Amino acid sequence: MTDAARPARQPPLSPHVQVWRWHITMLSSILHRVTGGALYGGALILAIWAICLGAGPEAYMSFMTILGSIPGKVVMFGLTLAVFYHLGNGVRHLVWDAGHGFDVKTANLTSVATLAFALAATLAIWVIAAMTGAL
Amino acid sequence: MSSYRTPLSRARGHGAAREGAHHWLAERLSAVAMAPLVLWGVFGVIHLAAGDYQTAADWISQVQNLVLMILLLVVGFWHMHAGMRVIVEDYIQKTFSRVSLLILNLFVCVLAGSLAIFSLIRVALLGGAL
Repeated sequence: MTDAARPARQPPLSPHVQVWRWHITMLSSILHRVTGGALYGGALILAIWAICLGAGPEAYMSFMTILGSIPGKVVMFGLTLAVFYHLGNGVRHLVWDAGHGFDVKTANLTSVATLAFALAATLAIWVIAAMTGAL
Repeated sequence: MSSYRTPLSRARGHGAAREGAHHWLAERLSAVAMAPLVLWGVFGVIHLAAGDYQTAADWISQVQNLVLMILLLVVGFWHMHAGMRVIVEDYIQKTFSRVSLLILNLFVCVLAGSLAIFSLIRVALLGGAL
C-alpha cells in the first residue's frame, strides 16, 4: 500500500512533436509505429482470408475479388511497403538492442538504408508478382 | 511523527517488478521469429493471389504450409497485441479509455487469431472438400 504522505509522482513527458525540427531518425521512428498500426489491419485481413477459406468456395472467391480490385491492390501495395519497412526497421531495433549503431551518423545512415530497403523490396516483390501472373 | 509505518514498509512494493525482462525478451523473440515467417508469408500470398479456392485449399493442406501459417498467426497476433498495447499505454491517458482499449486489443487479437487458425485447420483436414 502506498503511504498517504508520498506525493503523487508525475510521469515524465516527452517534448511535444511541434518543437522539434524534423530529422530522418524521427521519421524512421514514427514510421515504425505507423507501419505497425497498418500491419495490425493487415493481420486482420489475413484472418478474414483464413475465415473466408474456411467458409467455402463462394465466400473465398468474394474475398479474392475484393482483394484483386484496384482499391484492394492499393491496400496490398501499402501493406507490402509496411511489411518491409517494419521488417527492416525491426532488424535495426534488434541491432540497437545488441548495443550497436547508436551514434548519430550511423543512425542517420541506417534510417535512409531502411527506407531504401523497403522501397526496393516492395518493387521487387511486385515485379515478381507481375511476372508470375499474380496481379 | 507523520507516520507510524516503518521505512521498510514504505519501501516495499515500489521496487523492480521482477518481470520486465520476460516481457522485453518475448517482444524481441517474437520479432526474430516474425522475420523469416513474414518473408515466407509474402511469397505465399504471391502463390495464392492468382489461384482459386482449390489452389488455396491444396496449399494449406500441405503440412509445412499449415504449420508455418499457424506459427505466423500465433506469433504475429502475439506481436501485434504487444505493439498495440504499447501504443495505447503511450497515448491514452484516461484510465477508463485506456483499460477499455487494452481489453478490446486483447479480445480482437485472440478472437481473430483463433477464428483464423481453426478455419485453416478445418480446411486442411477436409482437404477443401466443402
